[in-house]
Amino acid sequence: MSEYIEHDKNGVSVGLVEKKFFTFAEPPDELVLESGSKLGPITIAYETYGTLDADKSNVVLILHALSGDSHVAGYYSVDDPKPGWWDIMVGPGKGIDTNKYFVVCSNILGSCMGSTGPSSINPKTNKQYGLDFPVVTIGDMVVAQKALMDHLGIKKILSVVGGSIGGMQVLEWCVRYPEMVVSAIPLATTTRHSALAIAFNEVARQAIIADPNWNNGDYYSGPKPNLGLAVARMIGHITYLSDESMRLKFGRRLQDKSDFSFNFDADFQVESYLRYQGTKFVERFDANSFLYITKAADYFDLENQHGSGSTAKAFSKARAKFLVVSFTSDWLYPTYQSKAMVQAMKKVGLDVSFCEIEAEWGHDAFLLPNERLSALVKGFLERVHSEIRE
Amino acid sequence: MRFDLQIIASWIEPGSKVLDLGCGEGDLLHFLKKNKQVVGAGIECVEAKVAHCIARGLSVLQGDMNEEVLAYDDDVFDYVILSQTLQQVYEPAKLIQSMLRIGKKGIVSFPNFSHWGIRLQLLIKGHAPITKELPYEWYNTPNIRVITIKDFRRFSRKVGFSILKEVAINSDHHDRQGHIVRFLPNLRATYGIFLIGK
Repeated sequence: MSEYIEHDKNGVSVGLVEKKFFTFAEPPDELVLESGSKLGPITIAYETYGTLDADKSNVVLILHALSGDSHVAGYYSVDDPKPGWWDIMVGPGKGIDTNKYFVVCSNILGSCMGSTGPSSINPKTNKQYGLDFPVVTIGDMVVAQKALMDHLGIKKILSVVGGSIGGMQVLEWCVRYPEMVVSAIPLATTTRHSALAIAFNEVARQAIIADPNWNNGDYYSGPKPNLGLAVARMIGHITYLSDESMRLKFGRRLQDKSDFSFNFDADFQVESYLRYQGTKFVERFDANSFLYITKAADYFDLENQHGSGSTAKAFSKARAKFLVVSFTSDWLYPTYQSKAMVQAMKKVGLDVSFCEIEAEWGHDAFLLPNERLSALVKGFLERVHSEIRE
Repeated sequence: MRFDLQIIASWIEPGSKVLDLGCGEGDLLHFLKKNKQVVGAGIECVEAKVAHCIARGLSVLQGDMNEEVLAYDDDVFDYVILSQTLQQVYEPAKLIQSMLRIGKKGIVSFPNFSHWGIRLQLLIKGHAPITKELPYEWYNTPNIRVITIKDFRRFSRKVGFSILKEVAINSDHHDRQGHIVRFLPNLRATYGIFLIGK
């Protein structure tokens, strides 16, 4: 979920890329959301890399997590200091090879990275939506992505790929538009949040809501709830790591000092790290978007929404070939949750591969350089790509 | 490919659905996919082997075969294969019954513990036999069952499944080549391979 992680700059990059925009659901044809509310117009920010084949059979749709955006790979300009959030995976010769595939990634509905969300201007009031923005679901996000696919003239997607909340969108795609999805790679994800995951999200949301600057979501013309959002991000970061990774990364080491300060400054490295992550996050993310997206993740429940309570029934709608991947130290979406979805997929006769990758870095592992993950994704995509052409 | 796997592959009808339990690095599945247009799936517990299989384009699940077989519907496979693993299974009868529930036929192979070499080691040296097929010491072996070709036939009657075909083989040092043993197989063969049905 913490997309912007420093990573190696050794791999070949896809190069200069451009953020594009697509607007649909113009009134009076607004999109009817799952909640029953109407929303429109809706703008979706997206990027594409690689070349679309003549028969349009090489589309890979990447779905990002909580704080991500459409900028998966490459650079916006020659002096752009860092590449997109999954540059280690997406690029020429990489796990998702842009020499072979036409890669599309769009910013999710409700976010603040170019797509319509609570910080967008409400055409009815000419002010930011704030809490007037309707609650959106993972399903609504996928409907918006489908509208983008229609706009791009894409009818079949070779693979939908995503981790964490992006993985939820992957699963939603597979059961909502089964005829479009040839294969799917849900990474470090779940068919529904555990109470533990909801609990962490709720504490994070409460941190924002308790910030006096939040002002019921109406803060766009004044000071922002930066403290609340920073604390929310700190909580998030704890869930993305693991006991082991925190022990290795920080232990009880002190930050730039040899003894305790006997006050409430950041003494420990782990405190300093969390504070840094929190402050860095508020520069690029909107507190209301954080509330909306975490709520959408908490509401997501594949078995109830698509299978009347049965995971197998939900997956019986899917046609895709699956590669499910979990990570040993992920305690936000532990392996047992991936295994449960794999069992349901098997039960209904879906073609599914599953690998639990040994990784010490917790939930964030899917975003970190991992040769095994790259090899798995690469091999799986090559296979489904060759099968579709047979 | 290992000689016993070559025999197993020769028994499989082209275009069928196959599940390979303990598929290792996927040599058999890869061969069947390429040469027999089989729709294959594998189960393997070692992460590195699973990753290798998926990276080479096979459909493979990481997990414990004893548990993984439970989630499949009845009769979804034409063949369920258990090659050189029966001697490591804690509940062989239960696993074989599961194999024949989810598959129309099963293929089971195992090292033959009544090979004369093993008998001689026990008789003359008096210690637990170590062979190239079963190369472990008693204290570090994953092979918790000792099975003979004769015992497997008796086991089939006891558990209630039928043996449709059986072959006994001797394979060479690298297991790549070998020959079929027709005379006194229980004494002379290093492996038994059985095609079983309900």
